[in-house]
Amino acid sequence: MAAVGSACLLVALLCALYAVGASLYGARNGRRSLVESSRRAVYALAALTVAAFVVLEAAYLRSDLSFDIVVQSSSTDTPTFYKLTGLWSTQEGSLMLWGLVLSIFSAAVLRATRHSLREIAPYATAVLGAIAAFFLSLSVFVESPFTTLATPAAAGNGLNPLLRNPVMMIHPPMLYSGYVAFSIPFAFAIGALVTRRTGADWIRATRRFALIAWSFLGLGILLGALWSYSELGWGGYWAWDPVENASLMPWLTGTAFLHSVMVQEKRGMLKAWNVSLIVATFVLSLLGTFLVRSGVLSSIHAFGASTLGAPFLAFIGLVLLGSVALVLARLPALRSEARLDSLASREAVFLLNNLVLVGLCFVVFWGTFFPLISEAVTGTESSVGPPWFDRYVTPLALALVALSGIGPLIAWRRATPTNLRRAFLVPLAIAAAAVVALVAFTPAEDSVASLVLFALVAFVLAVVGQELWRGVGARRTMTGETWPVALTRLVGRNRRRYGGYVVHAGIALLLLGVAASSAFVDQRDARLAPGQTARVGDYDVTYREPTARFLDDRSGTGAPVTFGAVLDVRRRDGGKGFVLRPSRNYYEAPATGPMGVFGRFFSGESTTEVEIRRGFGRDVWMAVQPDLRSLIGPIKEANRKFSDVPGEAQALVLAAIVERYRRAAPPATFRTLVSPMIAWIWIGGAIVLLGALVALWPTPGARARRATSLYAARLGRELSRA
Amino acid sequence: MDPARKRKLRAVALLTVALLLAGALVYTSFSGATEATTPSQLVASADPDRSYQLTGKVLDGSVKREGERLRFSVRDRAGHTAIPVVYDGVVPDPFREGREVIVDGRVVGGTLVAERDSLVTKCPSKFTEKNKGAKRS
Repeated sequence: MAAVGSACLLVALLCALYAVGASLYGARNGRRSLVESSRRAVYALAALTVAAFVVLEAAYLRSDLSFDIVVQSSSTDTPTFYKLTGLWSTQEGSLMLWGLVLSIFSAAVLRATRHSLREIAPYATAVLGAIAAFFLSLSVFVESPFTTLATPAAAGNGLNPLLRNPVMMIHPPMLYSGYVAFSIPFAFAIGALVTRRTGADWIRATRRFALIAWSFLGLGILLGALWSYSELGWGGYWAWDPVENASLMPWLTGTAFLHSVMVQEKRGMLKAWNVSLIVATFVLSLLGTFLVRSGVLSSIHAFGASTLGAPFLAFIGLVLLGSVALVLARLPALRSEARLDSLASREAVFLLNNLVLVGLCFVVFWGTFFPLISEAVTGTESSVGPPWFDRYVTPLALALVALSGIGPLIAWRRATPTNLRRAFLVPLAIAAAAVVALVAFTPAEDSVASLVLFALVAFVLAVVGQELWRGVGARRTMTGETWPVALTRLVGRNRRRYGGYVVHAGIALLLLGVAASSAFVDQRDARLAPGQTARVGDYDVTYREPTARFLDDRSGTGAPVTFGAVLDVRRRDGGKGFVLRPSRNYYEAPATGPMGVFGRFFSGESTTEVEIRRGFGRDVWMAVQPDLRSLIGPIKEANRKFSDVPGEAQALVLAAIVERYRRAAPPATFRTLVSPMIAWIWIGGAIVLLGALVALWPTPGARARRATSLYAARLGRELSRA
Repeated sequence: MDPARKRKLRAVALLTVALLLAGALVYTSFSGATEATTPSQLVASADPDRSYQLTGKVLDGSVKREGERLRFSVRDRAGHTAIPVVYDGVVPDPFREGREVIVDGRVVGGTLVAERDSLVTKCPSKFTEKNKGAKRS
């Protein structure tokens, strides 16, 4: 089967190369049939990569241990869900995933534009084909997922326990889909530049893909944060880690792009800026893929270890230099058709929002690459920490939230003072009322930045509410519809606009969660013996009893040993208490180490199983670190007496050792966090996605228009033939 | 004011703000950065007023828990020079002897006193690298 898979990839690579050649030659020499065939080559490319993917997944499913990557990241006893998703925990698999998603998206966009953009599409096909060829040649020549072992392994390594979390398995494909989908608008921008058709056509054709890319990337980032919060034992969701930053950067420039293209569509301005933004976004996406895989930033010296460093850097350099040269060469064609009339106009707000977003991206970029920069400048490698990032990101994020409220209220071209008064009065009043209420009833004033943010969030929500209210009101006066009907139709007829407003509301809520949970968190690390109580914020936490389970893991990860604790949590001001059961899973070490046959089960990987009591107001988050020193004696004794007994008897001995922890547990270390409003990060994120979906949903009108234009095209063809 | 002049003025103002911001960014990053070091560099010379980011491998047999406090030594990635570390806070799940870690702190009397919660182990997605190397060689 491996031969079939690698044949698929090789033929796919040839298809990609053919698509590049045929589309370029066809476009240069006016051979439409060649251009058509290059498009079909991309369809074939998509089919072939899907076939290769299916072969690989099938190998995972039946645990074919002659496949190198199956051995690396799966095993016969890995749960089925994790078998299917083990593919993208490997380097080879994730590279192939890039190629797969890219060819599917490319086929989709080329099909959608097959009757339009006759000039631009061939060059876009060539760009997409070239990107696909790059990734496929890495998969074929450097990191083949179809490498087989001469003799099949007896057992696989299994999936890394830390990755055994449903969220973590969905996170990589989401992130990759986001990175990959940005190649679509990039390819069409390059096509537009080459053909000097720098109007808004390429933007209209790929707008939906840009939004899809943005949504996937955003979802990927959010899932990564959720995984960190609910799986890792530190209780945070964002650490300004290079890999996190790498995914945030293209998302920021992508956000800027989604806004600034509207200015080009409406006013014919910012053309050079838009192509530069999409180039930057695509290059940052490549860089993101590269950073995750190369380890170049966790340490410069790890760089040589990766086989991908050189080709990746060369490709990124090529894309960057080529695009910059092309943009410079086409500057005359990118001149604005209009000028900024007034600072009080929507285009000015969009421009400001773009500057803030790009500024944010620059901050993140500088901080992320600072180790490399400082080594180049001063000769010593040093790094900046989260406080440095926070210092710059906080004010910029505040400005962004403010702009996201102001933008929808200001008219295009020039807003009059009367407009402004009418639009701003209610939202500003609501924001002011929110500040008064917050200062009077909550401790929000302890953190000025948070207080400002809370006010801005109130402002943005009020703006969105007011816009909906007024739109629905106007519709009702005109048509006499009922409230729900008017609301659905209003949103249905202006999906992009209201979808965007919903996104603004979602982002505001998300940042509300970020600000409240980071400024007002109560955290306590305490070492407690059974029966002892610790105080965390408004809560009393009592360690009721230890738990120990053997071959009875409830989270479906397949861990043989689990130690945990039962804790009673009560609010100090009375009210009903609840119980938390955090635990820790222990996986056996792959080989018998110094701790002997029985120690193997306690000295392998171990993972924190966090327990969270979630709520709209606050989460109570808890992790436990059991102390296993008391088991060293019994383990040594068991090694001495029972090393040679049969397997079943050893299991009984092991069960006895595990049970011993439950009966006489030493004090364990607990980390407890009381995080106010942290749930709103996830709720806000879900609202953002909902808004993006509203904006993405095809309008019925557009479908009818497309049908008419198809009909017109066919009519035109027939007429020209007659 | 005529529009062209106004536009120019705006552009200059914007550029100034951007430059000032970038300047602050560059200055604070260089002045506030934590220097990355290896155990042998730190053993050879350490400024007690500076904070360092130590990268290396956890020395075999050096990990000891003392109540809530964790003691271990970090050695060079390829070498034997090691420096003891005292650490409080959360221990990442992949932490164990022989694994590569990064920890921030100050040097007090030859020991790295780590900042709370600053211990980082390598990202789990990279562990595959190591296994593969072992298999192919």
